[in-house]
Amino acid sequence: MPADSLSSLSVAIYVLVLAVFVGFEIIAKVPTMLHTPLMSGSNAISGIIIVGAIAVSVGQDGMLGQYLAYGAVFLATINVVGGFLVTDRMLGMFKTKSKKVGK
Amino acid sequence: MSALQFIVEMMLLLASVGFIIGLRMLGSPTSARMGNAIGALGMLVAVIMSFVLARPSSEYAGLLVAILLGSLVGIYAARKVEMTAMPQLVAAFNGVGGAASVLVAVCEMMRLAQSPSLEVSPIFICTAWFSAVVGAVTFTGSMCAYGKLEGWISSRAVLFCGQRIVSGLIFLSLLAGLLLMFQEPLNTNLFWTITIVSAIFGVLLVLPIGGADMPVVISLLNSYSGLAAMAAGFVVDSKLLIIAGALVGASGIILTRLMCTAMNRSLMNVVFGAFGSSVIAQQNADEKPLREFTSMDAAMLLHDASRVIFVPGYGLAVSQAQHNIRDLANALKESGVDIRYAVHPVAGRMPGHMNVLLAEADIPYEELKDLEEVNGEFENTDVAVIIGANDVVNPSARSDKSSPLYGMPILNADKARSVIVLKRGRGTGFAGVENPLFSLERSGVVFGDAKKSLSAILNDLKHL
Repeated sequence: MPADSLSSLSVAIYVLVLAVFVGFEIIAKVPTMLHTPLMSGSNAISGIIIVGAIAVSVGQDGMLGQYLAYGAVFLATINVVGGFLVTDRMLGMFKTKSKKVGK
Repeated sequence: MSALQFIVEMMLLLASVGFIIGLRMLGSPTSARMGNAIGALGMLVAVIMSFVLARPSSEYAGLLVAILLGSLVGIYAARKVEMTAMPQLVAAFNGVGGAASVLVAVCEMMRLAQSPSLEVSPIFICTAWFSAVVGAVTFTGSMCAYGKLEGWISSRAVLFCGQRIVSGLIFLSLLAGLLLMFQEPLNTNLFWTITIVSAIFGVLLVLPIGGADMPVVISLLNSYSGLAAMAAGFVVDSKLLIIAGALVGASGIILTRLMCTAMNRSLMNVVFGAFGSSVIAQQNADEKPLREFTSMDAAMLLHDASRVIFVPGYGLAVSQAQHNIRDLANALKESGVDIRYAVHPVAGRMPGHMNVLLAEADIPYEELKDLEEVNGEFENTDVAVIIGANDVVNPSARSDKSSPLYGMPILNADKARSVIVLKRGRGTGFAGVENPLFSLERSGVVFGDAKKSLSAILNDLKHL
C-alpha cells in the first residue's frame, strides 16, 4: 500500500475513534423522556449517507450504476427529510406547565 | 488540495460540529427542538457541499429528481404517522438508510470496476464488505421489525429447527465472501451475492426476536445504520460520513444497553434467547382470584384519594387512551388531587415511546417521572392506577428468584395504599408471567378496553 494512502487511513481511523468517544459522551446522560426523539434525530443524521450517494452518482459509465446511485440518493433523502421532520413534530408536542398557564 | 477543496472540507467539518451540537442539545427538553434544527442545518450544508465537490453535470437532473421524490415521501411519512406507529416509522427510516449504504458501496464498486487495472487497498475491500453486510442486515432486519410492529408477521418469536445452525453457516459464508473479495476485489457479481446473502441473514436475525424485545431491536438497528454509513465513509473516503456514522452508532449502542438494563437481559440473550416462547410453558396453573372493580368502585377510590400515580403501559397506546387519561387526570386535579405519571423505560415499543404518547395528549412533561424519581413515592401514594401495563409492575421481579422477570427494575406500584388495574383481559403480559400485584388484597381490576374504562371512570367520578 502506498505511504500516502496509509497516512490518510490513519487520519480516518483517528477521526473514527474520537467520534465514537464524543458520541458516547454526549448521549450518555439523555433522560428517558427524550429517547424517542433522540433516536429519530440520530436516525436522520445517519441519512448522511446521502453525501456518499451524491458522490457515487457522478462518473458512472453504465446505466445500472447510474440508476442505483439515484436510488441511493432517493432512499437517503427519505431518511434525512422524514427523520428531521418527524423529530421536530414530536418535540413540538413536549410542553411544560408554564406554557400551559400562558394559554 | 485546491483552495476550493479546502473550503469545502472546512464546511464539512462545520456540518460535523453541527451534528455533535445538535445531538448534545437533543439531550435536554428545553433545547431539543433547536438541536434537531441545528442537525438539519448541518445536513443541508453537507448536501450543498457534496454537490460542489462532486460537480455533477449530466447527472444534475437525475439528482434533483431523486432528492425531490425522496423529500416528498419523507414529508408525507413524517406528517401522516400516528404517534403510536413511531417505532414502525423509525424502523422504516433505518431500513432505507441501510439500503442506501449498500447501494453506495455497490455503486462505488461499479465505478471502480470501470478501470479494471486499478489497485484497491485492503481497507477498501474490508469496509466495502462491511457496509454491504451491515447495510443489508439493517435493511431487511428493519423491514422485518416493521412487519412485526405492524402485526404483519407474528410478533412472537419465530423459530425453526436448526435456525442457529443456518444463521451460523450463513455468517461463515459471508466471511468466505470477504476472503474471495481479496482474490477479486472488483467482481461486482460477488459483491451482489454477498449483499443478497446478508439480506437473508438480516431476516433470520430479527425473526426469532419477540415483540416485547422490539425496543432493543430498534435501538440496535439504529446503531447498525450508523455503522453502515461509517463504513461507507471509508469506501468513498469521506470523514463526514465517518464522524456522523460513528456518532449514530455510539448513540444506538448506548440506547440498546439502556433498554437491556431496563429489561435485565443481556444483549446476547435478546438476540439469541428467544424469550417469551420458552417461558409460556412454565406458567403457573393455579391462578389466584382477582378482585373485580366496577368503574364506580374505581371512581370512588380516586375521589377519596389525595395522591395518585398513573402507570401507563403499552395497553394504553393500543387503545389510544392517552387523551382519556389526561381528561381523568384533569378532573382529579380540579378537585385537588396530586397527579403524576410513572413511566418505565420500556413502556411502549421503543425507548421513550410512552413519553411521546403522553406529550401528544398535552400532558406537561414535568408530571412524567422516571423509574428512579418515582419509586420512592409509591409509599405515600393513595392510589396507583395501572393502565395496560403488566410486567413492568410485577413485584416478583423483586422477590421471586424463580421468576423469569427476576432482577428487572420495576415500578413499585405494589407499595401504594391501593391499586386499580385497568386490564383488557385475564391474560398475562408479554413475558407470559403471572403478576401477583393483581391479586393483592388492596388491588382491584377493571376489565375492558383502557379507553372505555377510563371514560367510564371519569363519567362516574362526575356523578359523585
